[in-house]
Amino acid sequence: MSRKWTPTCQNKTAYAFLAPSLLGLLVFVLLPFADVIRRSFFQAVGGLFVGMDNYRQVLENGAFRQALGNTVRFLCICLPLLLALSFVAAVFLNSITGFARVLRAGFLLPMAIPVASVVVFWKLLFDQNGAVNQMLGVLHLTGQDWMNTGYAFWILVGSYLWKNMGYDIVLWIAALSAIPEEQYEAARVSGAGAFQCFRYITLPQMKGSIFLIGVLSFVNAFRVFREAYLIAGDYPHESIYMLQHLFNNWFTKLDIQKMSAAAVLMAIAVSVILVLVEWWNERQESSE
Amino acid sequence: MNKKKTVRTAVLAMFCLLFWVPVLVMFPNSFMGPEELKAAYGGVLGGGGQAVQMELLPVYPTLRPYVELLLDSPDFFVMFWNSVKQVVPILLGQVLVGMPAAWAFGRYRFTGRRILFLLYMILMIMPFQVTMVSSYLVLSNLSLMDTHLAIILPGVFSAFPVFIMQKFFHSIPDALVEAAMVDGAGQLKIFLHVGVPLGMPGIMASVLLNFLEYWNAIEAPMTFLKTKAKLPLSLYLPQITTDQVGSSFAASIVMMLPAVLIFLWGQEYLEQGIVASGLKE
Repeated sequence: MSRKWTPTCQNKTAYAFLAPSLLGLLVFVLLPFADVIRRSFFQAVGGLFVGMDNYRQVLENGAFRQALGNTVRFLCICLPLLLALSFVAAVFLNSITGFARVLRAGFLLPMAIPVASVVVFWKLLFDQNGAVNQMLGVLHLTGQDWMNTGYAFWILVGSYLWKNMGYDIVLWIAALSAIPEEQYEAARVSGAGAFQCFRYITLPQMKGSIFLIGVLSFVNAFRVFREAYLIAGDYPHESIYMLQHLFNNWFTKLDIQKMSAAAVLMAIAVSVILVLVEWWNERQESSE
Repeated sequence: MNKKKTVRTAVLAMFCLLFWVPVLVMFPNSFMGPEELKAAYGGVLGGGGQAVQMELLPVYPTLRPYVELLLDSPDFFVMFWNSVKQVVPILLGQVLVGMPAAWAFGRYRFTGRRILFLLYMILMIMPFQVTMVSSYLVLSNLSLMDTHLAIILPGVFSAFPVFIMQKFFHSIPDALVEAAMVDGAGQLKIFLHVGVPLGMPGIMASVLLNFLEYWNAIEAPMTFLKTKAKLPLSLYLPQITTDQVGSSFAASIVMMLPAVLIFLWGQEYLEQGIVASGLKE
């Protein structure tokens, strides 16, 4: 991409435009977070320097390990599933002419529906007396209280897919339509079929987008806490007890020390992921 | 070839319909009278023992759930206004604060730009839980806990709108800005008279995406608010549905209505915004 800039080097004007936002970030995010980093090395009462003690306590904490495990498991199952499904849907949506806008709207709609509104529907489906058990009963199968079993995890996976398919489809379509039509025409002229076009033109050019879309899907994955919390409360079934629940429960106990150390660890993990993705993007672009 | 396309469209439409099921079930059921509702769904919503009887259409449609909800439930009304009181100032603030910042990132080359921009990107993708403690510390220091401002202020300074709007400002053709400069317009004038009008789609995209996000806010209000009378609808709705079973579907529909209408009206902007949220410069 060619870079365009309004006059070069106008530090003062640029920072004047930036000032309100930077100032707010400083007061509400950066300085308090610096304080959190500091606190993560000190004792709660007395202000004694304890080095890595808080970190050790977090890492050895059973609830933390379980929550981390669940969160990682959730991400490892959801992200590939969402990326693959939305990619297939995007390829199909890109190949049709009529109704494309309406269908995109259809897939995007769940994004607009507040979690609180749809919780009552999930309850109707998966409650002990719910519709799913009702249907199983017709088939002479015994149902269960789904949200209190390991199936809760999969219900959460489903609701994540439901909510995020549209977002990812739109991103994939943008990536797909960035491929110049001439490339396909040239390939067709030299006798390539639809599958060959897809395999040798489309797929290779999607490499850069995978991580881009992956990061956004990763961010959105943390929002499934909303569904989990509104359906199952503070202490849901152990299979969906995530880092978000843990933070929440530490917060109600005002366990600032543990929260600080865990927040620093999480911030490092997220930053590393972003920097890696950016690095990959740049490498990808310079190799083109 | 055309036949193939029709088949594809049909298959996609079927999947689409699957995504609509929750709305398609809840909307007609929101017109169900309390007795019928209790008989059909009491087992789940009201704590009775019997199994639910899913119905696609109420046998005796009535507006009573809506009337009860809008006229006889002061709680619902208060929470709805709480949501509005929190979301509207956030969106206004984001535009006022974020737009100039986005203009700086999108149009100027300045020292520290690269590192600051990376910082904004990192902040944009941080999950709420990371900044939860730090926000709590600063909010309690300013004694803002349990006030509407505890939700509004951190929202205003979010990095996400800056990132979205920046992309749109960056794609404004140079020629237009240069023409204004030749006419002798100052930097502020260029921003207000060229940047803002031409960046309008970006501003809309950011406002729409953030509306959907904050209308749906759960984490921040449950952490920073204690008084029940200050909770937004997004957090209080599940309670309403258990207290007033008769209106539970109606309440869900009323809550999603603003979001769905805005979504249908602004789909173009929303899609542009989603594309712009790709973490690429």
